[in-house]
Amino acid sequence: METEKRSIQREALAKLIEQWCREGKRVLAPRKSGDKVDFDRVTSLSEVSFDHVQTVQSPKSAVFPRVEELFSFRSADGQVEVRDRELDILPETVVFGLRPCDAAAFAALEAIFNWDAPDRLFTARRARTTLVAVACSRADEYCFCTSVGGGPGAVAGSDILLTDLGQGEFLAEIASAKGREMLQAADSLFGPALDADKESRLAKPAAVFAADAVAAVLAGLFADTAFWEEQSRRCVGCGACAYVCPTCACFDIQDEGGASGKRLRCWDSCGFGLFTLHTSGHNPRPLQSQRWRQRLMHKFSYMPERQGVLGCVGCGRCSRGCPVDMNILEHLRAIAEARP
Amino acid sequence: MNALREKARELLATKTVQVVIGYAPGSGGAARALFVREAAQAGELVFDETCLQNLAAYLMKPEVRRLGRAALVARPATLRTILQLAAENQLAESSLLALVPGADGVLSLSTFSAIEAHVAAQDNDLSAAEKSELEKFAAMGLDERREFWQEQFSRCLKCYACRAACPLCYCTRCTVECNQPQWIPVPAHDLGNLEWNVMRAMHLAGRCTNCGDCSRACPVGIPLYLLNQKLCSDVLSSFNQRSGMAARADHSLSTFKPDDPEDFIR
Ligand code: SF4
Ligand code: SF4
Ligand code: SF4
Ligand code: SF4
Repeated sequence: METEKRSIQREALAKLIEQWCREGKRVLAPRKSGDKVDFDRVTSLSEVSFDHVQTVQSPKSAVFPRVEELFSFRSADGQVEVRDRELDILPETVVFGLRPCDAAAFAALEAIFNWDAPDRLFTARRARTTLVAVACSRADEYCFCTSVGGGPGAVAGSDILLTDLGQGEFLAEIASAKGREMLQAADSLFGPALDADKESRLAKPAAVFAADAVAAVLAGLFADTAFWEEQSRRCVGCGACAYVCPTCACFDIQDEGGASGKRLRCWDSCGFGLFTLHTSGHNPRPLQSQRWRQRLMHKFSYMPERQGVLGCVGCGRCSRGCPVDMNILEHLRAIAEARP
Repeated sequence: MNALREKARELLATKTVQVVIGYAPGSGGAARALFVREAAQAGELVFDETCLQNLAAYLMKPEVRRLGRAALVARPATLRTILQLAAENQLAESSLLALVPGADGVLSLSTFSAIEAHVAAQDNDLSAAEKSELEKFAAMGLDERREFWQEQFSRCLKCYACRAACPLCYCTRCTVECNQPQWIPVPAHDLGNLEWNVMRAMHLAGRCTNCGDCSRACPVGIPLYLLNQKLCSDVLSSFNQRSGMAARADHSLSTFKPDDPEDFIR
């Protein structure tokens, strides 16, 4: 679909958010709390943060919550009754104010959840989610969207992309059928396209490496134990990077409630030692260096090879959230330059 | 700083240690851990107020242990952590020495008793600000306090960054990972989060050396230090014991004494 250009004023944007709320939609947007900005449910534009670079967590929980019931079960008299989730009651959701990299990340999640068998719950949530992104006017040292095929004003992935043009005016790029539906439901709030220089409003994060160069080097790097130990020496093996990442999709299955209860899907991370521990006691990835290698391999080698999409959008959250400053960008640059 | 680099060079050149674990400039104006294995690399070491991480956490990591004897650049809490780990039989005296940068050069402490003497002379009390924050909490009603922690824990992702950053969370199988039986619910829902955080705090009571790394590690900013400091001060007032003061110690919460004043335990 060709992108349609319109404009919207800040006051109209406020009305748009109110309209979504009136329609019963759940609106998730970046909101400042203390010294952190994170996605939260909002009901008005005044609650939304615009001047941050990135939120701590990604918007992935809109389609992949950190804990969610897959189904419930009841067993009695040797019979087990399984009850699927009612998908119709899942909330219509607008994720507002996510960044272009975050919007692009949904393609990676879709590639994972619907790879061989479609994931009903994920698909239902995704179908009910509309992405209204805001282009980046600032980037920081951790951002690297431009090295992984994205950009601070990239439209791909968003249903609508807004760019702040100053003086309370936004360029609105309507980029999908969902975006058009949203526009049609509130057409009078949008103005005509503006003759504006979008580029001049955007941050300019430098392209640091070429993703295909990283993939090519990684292909020959698996067995280089010393390289991975050196790279990962200060990593302490937590789940922070995976949990804040918009594309990380590892999960764990837990049953709660005994004979009658529910089955839950919970976030998990390949960075944990327990993640690959077999019942036999054998662990194919007993060392953190092997788990760090897995993290990079999965995102930059296995996913492009098998699913045709990179597992990283360069949002930089893993670097900002890492307790020991692992800084993935530095490591990727080192890999691109390693050329074995 | 030059004295530190000089010392690191000497220790590596004379093969007194195989690695110096110190700090180097990192991203965002902060410092990060650096593992110096060649004398030539010692020039990258720095030490200033941005150097906060308790590097003792690395003494428990297999890939680091394998490197050989380590010299650890130590802050006051790091020294206490070393002693606490020693008291818990986790460190051999011969496996490390501590480097303490100071105004006039760098101290090299190569025995536990040298570390004990140094720690005994430093201020190990909670700061005035820390104490007054605890007092504010003590003054809160039960409901108010419960509400505060419920809100804080509701944000916990169960990413275990607090545990991974903590040098005293060294168990290879944490209680939260025991599932026969399952002690703590794995999901990051309200109950799972409450039990997880209370369990971790209790397992560190009398052991935590108040380095602050768990709070700094938490991506969502839960003030875990409040729990640790409260438990530190309770253990001090109830058992007259402070963690990390000696390389051999009876543990306040896991030592049985026949003359225990409590009836229920005898
Ligand atoms: S790996 Fe890091 S930079 Fe890449 S998408 Fe995930 S959090 Fe963002
Ligand atoms: S890279 Fe950082 S956030 Fe990720 S597992 Fe290692 S220490 Fe944790
Ligand atoms: S519990 Fe927190 S403050 Fe205490 S030793 Fe561990 S990381 Fe440091
Ligand atoms: S670091 Fe914070 S979010 Fe992660 S498990 Fe600990 S308390 Fe929870």
